[in-house]
Amino acid sequence: MNKNEIMNRLTNVFRDVFDDDSIVITPSTTSADIEDWDSIEHINLVGAVENEFGLRFRMKEVSGMKNVGEMLDIICERGKNV
Amino acid sequence: MNRILYPFDGKLLRKNRKKLRRELLADGSVRIKRRIAVLGGSTCDDIVLMLELFLLDSGIEPEFYISDYNKFYEDAVFGSEKLDSFSPDIVFIHTTSRNLTMLPDRTDESPEQINERLEAQFDLFKQVWTSIAQKFACPIIQNNFELPLCRQSGNYDGWGYYGKSAFISRLNVMMSDYARKINGFYINDISYLSACIGLEKWHDAEAWYLYKYAMSLDVIPDLAYSAACIIKSICGRNKKVLDLDLDNTLWGGVIGDDGQEGIEIGHETAVGQSFTEFQSFVKEYKNYGVLLAVCSKNDEENALLGLNHPDCILKPDDFASIKANWDSKDRNIESAAEELNLLTESFVFIDDNPAECEIIKAQLPETAVINLTSVQEAMYRLSRSGYFEITSLSADDLKRSEMYAANAKRAAVRKRYSDYSEYLLSLEMRAEISDFTPLALGRITQLTNKSNQFNLTTRRYTEKEMEKIAESDTHIRLCGRLSDKFGDNGIVSVVIGRCEGDTLHIELWLMSCRILKRGMELAMLDSLAEKCRERGIKRIIGYYFKTAKNNMVSELFGSFGFRLDEKSDNGDSVWSLDLDGYKNKNKSIEVRTGEKNEQK
Repeated sequence: MNKNEIMNRLTNVFRDVFDDDSIVITPSTTSADIEDWDSIEHINLVGAVENEFGLRFRMKEVSGMKNVGEMLDIICERGKNV
Repeated sequence: MNRILYPFDGKLLRKNRKKLRRELLADGSVRIKRRIAVLGGSTCDDIVLMLELFLLDSGIEPEFYISDYNKFYEDAVFGSEKLDSFSPDIVFIHTTSRNLTMLPDRTDESPEQINERLEAQFDLFKQVWTSIAQKFACPIIQNNFELPLCRQSGNYDGWGYYGKSAFISRLNVMMSDYARKINGFYINDISYLSACIGLEKWHDAEAWYLYKYAMSLDVIPDLAYSAACIIKSICGRNKKVLDLDLDNTLWGGVIGDDGQEGIEIGHETAVGQSFTEFQSFVKEYKNYGVLLAVCSKNDEENALLGLNHPDCILKPDDFASIKANWDSKDRNIESAAEELNLLTESFVFIDDNPAECEIIKAQLPETAVINLTSVQEAMYRLSRSGYFEITSLSADDLKRSEMYAANAKRAAVRKRYSDYSEYLLSLEMRAEISDFTPLALGRITQLTNKSNQFNLTTRRYTEKEMEKIAESDTHIRLCGRLSDKFGDNGIVSVVIGRCEGDTLHIELWLMSCRILKRGMELAMLDSLAEKCRERGIKRIIGYYFKTAKNNMVSELFGSFGFRLDEKSDNGDSVWSLDLDGYKNKNKSIEVRTGEKNEQK
């Protein structure tokens, strides 16, 4: 699966979690770009992404991910359902 | 409502929770409001979000107070202004083994010292419960404790003095002992839940290090559902009837084709054993006060033949209603509900035929449906669903089936009389109508919280609120129990009025639908009028607050001779009655009024 397809699936996860079908994400998207992306939703988002792609983020990654691009790189590298 | 049915996909629920919440809030259901304080020993946000979904889905609109992180002890014992002004209806203490501060951690202590640790640990929690009970007088839900995943000492951990698992198990027993003694204290059994899900799945140390969640995020929906079941039960949202198919649900085979000797039940075959176990399992629900019913496509004669099989645990007498015919099952559930004076939303329907299950889901979406694919799966689903979660068990619950059986006998007698009032007299009814008594209070609260149809205001009260009402000088209270020659119906009607000068405002008037059309409401009104006269009250104001379920009493006050004072667009109405010259209305029930009306 290429990065585009992963990005599409990732977009759907974001739309589900934030209940907003108009969300468009890019590798540079950060929590500042999405209104509801606070610490509570961040936990839910991480869990939903993990379940979608069949991977577990490492603790350092969870606290260190700066934007969607970094998330995407980890998924490409370790996701089982990609 | 009823969008989230057990078994649910917890991961999907978590992902879509915002959307689900939005949809539930917009579905137009009428919900009762409850203020719930969640006092946590770990992060609670996700737990509260899931709890909200489950409660919204079952007709309860919660408002939450969430303690600051790990401030459950401080909030409860030292108090917090925010919590005080929130004034919770229910407190949920979400603590886990992560909050145990006295766990044994050395091996040079004496057994006595370990016991002291245990006492001290228990005492810490007891302080929390007693403070909350004193301050808020509301139901308390407390998690018990889950076993650890990792055990340094192996099996010893579960039984030795220095074992943490052993310590936790002993603590759980102490909490259960406490719960049995204290009214309004309920245990959310996460020790069972974590075992059920598996400790490997339950525990997630990284969720603790990262977010201070005391369990895996994936199991949070299960935890919240378990707590929601207790809350639903306290709020009177339990189901009441277990309506069962027969062929391949209560026995193996088809009675109409295979005959009595051909169906599989009893200990001869593996399949027979499974159905025997299922019947025993179902019968135990009856012991808890759940009504059993049959809904089967069969000739009635054949249905009874099957139930009279010598190896059947369930006999025809165990069922409050038997519908064995060739009508559609949704029609049969509706008519059973009508006969039992219950709502179809109080039914749980079990059938092995997926097509029948689909019909019920489509025609009666408010009825819970379990498609039996195997006996053990049905038993598990039924027990995890929380449809019949027990939080209080009154004497009434224990003999409910008997009372319904007596109703069937009354119905048979009814046919012999052409004149209804003669029939009523033939029942030789006796009522005891009195003030609330401590012993009856549990049943009064239970009845108050689950009566929907014959209920003028549909006000709900917690046990503690009811205790306050019972002690109040400014209230007139009546509870009535009714018996006749066929048996005792127990406490069946409750009235609460608030005195204001020479006027009484009726805040609550309800009656069990089990005894509709027996004239009990007139006997209650007579007693109320008498109580009012004793206190110099001259006028009674009655309120009807319309809900989706209480249409049957929209004109009740009118039928009593009250004058209609106000009628709102939403269907609510206000009525008044001048007590001057009031004449007693009850003619069919012999009434004993007294101070004593104890729940036997």
